Amino acid sequence: MKKIALASLFAAIPFAVSAAEKPETLKIGMTTFLTGPASVFGVPGQNAAEILVKNINENGGIAGVPIEISFIDEGAGAEALTSEYRRLVDEGAEVMMASISSGNCMTLAPLAEDLQVPNLMWDCGTQRIFEEADYKYVFRTQANAAPEMLATVVYLLKTNPDFKTIAVVNQDYAWGRDSWEIFSTALKAMKPDVEVLGEFFPKFGSPDFSTEISRLQAMRPDVILSTSWGGDLDTFVQQAFQRGLMNTSTFVLPLAESSLERLGNALPAGHIVGGRGDHYFLHPERRDDEDFKAFMEEYTEKTGQVSVYPVFHASQAFAALEAAYEKAIADNDVEWPSEEQLLAAFEGLEFQGLGRSVTIREDHQGVEDQLLGTSAQNGDYPFATLSNIMIFDGDDLTTPVGENSVEWIGGLDASFADSVAVDTFEK
Amino acid sequence: MDLTIFLLAVFDGVAYAALVFIVALGLTLIFGVMRILNVAHGSLYAIGAYVTVSLVAWAVAAGAAPVLAFPLMIVSAILVGVALGGPIEWLLLRRIYDKPEVLQLLVTFAVFMILEDVQRLVWGTQPYFQSTALMTLGNVTVFGVTYTVYQLILLPLIALVLLIGMRVFLRHTVVGKLILATTEDREAAQSIGIDADKVFLLTFVLGAVLAGLGGALASPTTSILPGMGADMIVLSFAVVATAGLGQIEGAALTALMLGLGRSFAVYLWPEVSVLVPYVIMIVVLSFRPQGLFSTPAARKI
Repeated sequence: MKKIALASLFAAIPFAVSAAEKPETLKIGMTTFLTGPASVFGVPGQNAAEILVKNINENGGIAGVPIEISFIDEGAGAEALTSEYRRLVDEGAEVMMASISSGNCMTLAPLAEDLQVPNLMWDCGTQRIFEEADYKYVFRTQANAAPEMLATVVYLLKTNPDFKTIAVVNQDYAWGRDSWEIFSTALKAMKPDVEVLGEFFPKFGSPDFSTEISRLQAMRPDVILSTSWGGDLDTFVQQAFQRGLMNTSTFVLPLAESSLERLGNALPAGHIVGGRGDHYFLHPERRDDEDFKAFMEEYTEKTGQVSVYPVFHASQAFAALEAAYEKAIADNDVEWPSEEQLLAAFEGLEFQGLGRSVTIREDHQGVEDQLLGTSAQNGDYPFATLSNIMIFDGDDLTTPVGENSVEWIGGLDASFADSVAVDTFEK
Repeated sequence: MDLTIFLLAVFDGVAYAALVFIVALGLTLIFGVMRILNVAHGSLYAIGAYVTVSLVAWAVAAGAAPVLAFPLMIVSAILVGVALGGPIEWLLLRRIYDKPEVLQLLVTFAVFMILEDVQRLVWGTQPYFQSTALMTLGNVTVFGVTYTVYQLILLPLIALVLLIGMRVFLRHTVVGKLILATTEDREAAQSIGIDADKVFLLTFVLGAVLAGLGGALASPTTSILPGMGADMIVLSFAVVATAGLGQIEGAALTALMLGLGRSFAVYLWPEVSVLVPYVIMIVVLSFRPQGLFSTPAARKI
């Protein structure tokens, strides 16, 4: 009897070391823009998170543990953001989701590492995070700027192979500059004969693009790229539409999926729209799925608007979280995983939010497919929807582990556009 | 640069300057008379835009003629000026005129922050766009480039009317002369029976109406969204500081300089277009710290 008891004790030791006590609630902190211009994305992200948490909790939580979520406003500035982030972790947040701004991701990734808290980068786009440093606690549950821009160039080349000239109008901050660097590098590699007629970087939050539009009308480029978003993109497209610029140039708008509803009829047919991943409320593969339809209806009921890509990104972060806990629990045969077990589960994790499935690579970068389409005004909705949709394979577009995105893209050639796996849909 | 491009740049610069001047005019008036640097001016501008967008959208939905968008802009500006400008002066600023300037800045900044949240509470975070007024006037093509009549003709015309109107109002009407007298010397004005409190209230409401009008006039051309007030207040301060605080004609000329500078930069050297307003401000203030049109004030004993 004594031997059996002793054996049981020894058998239990590794179990006790690796497992964790099941908490009453799983505390999560999420940073998102609740104020300022970026709240255009932040508030939909928050709305989505609230619905997702409610639904998860109604289904019994994660392994029986309900989620308790707190939000931090990224619009309050970097100092307030970092102190609030620390406070939430100090108060017991087990997982953090940060952030929307690439600048904030650059700030918070090292902080998460210092605080030893798992952090899911749920929306930021900078490709630099995992190219410039290795992280143990930081994971990205979506793609980054490199595949997003690369997919846009490939779509442009497939649909408008004969264009000769291009101009760019991007916001004058890191995203506007970096996305143009990736886009122009890809263009030089795959179609080096294209002439860049003009590079305009009006200030972030510019209320007026009239001068740029006049200049573009005088230049008459075949293609105009703008990676702008939110109010800037709305204003630029509206003003361009009002002055007829959209009749003479093809607009390429990689982030315009989030502006479709607001733009109404100001985005005419024939312009290229991207969704930063395969994010679209009429996703051609998923629009008829029950879970997809139910969420779209629930979101519209709550907000009065259709889902845009931060909603999809939030869904991916929560899908990754659920999948990682389930995997960690199953792999280790525990009731609740330790932090080490959870971190191990994120590596190589495959999960599915509202779009296609996403995989987290060994460098912690998410590999996500990319959806682009061409605007169409077919009367189904009071705003443009997408036609000629293509979904590109994220594996082909994502910079290989250990390589620098700009250098890798610069080494591609014209054959790359045809080598990328793509599914094409009429609607 | 050929003549065509030169003229296009001038058209764009004038249209941009007109809007900036209209907003800066209210700020200049308030500082000129009350010596208050009103940071909340940016919020009044933003709320003017939000109210206009809401009223015009409501009118259009109710089947009103599109041309009604123009009177609704004026109605919105007056609403903002009276409903917000009045209480701000009467309840807050009146208590701090004799306090240090930093306190005045803090109070108006606090009002700005509160009004930013009010905007979010009332209108949410989604951008609004309402271009009925702009579409009503249509387009005009010049040298092969299409402009909106609203921006190319109407805005500069309104700016000019406001400049001349303000000059006439201040120098040729009784109320204007009372304002000027109070500006010159509040104590002396009070000693001859001028009710300085009323003059200050009237001035602040008038400045607030101009801020609201700026927002109303901006609304058909831009997305109305959180943060737009902060953006405009920075530009307006740049105009007012460069012109010399309280200088109305100076504000007009400075807005024109900034508009043309930015426009020519976009045409010739787009990389620096963002910097142009600030470069102009730095250069001017380096040589004339009191601003282009101010003379150093004599100290009253």
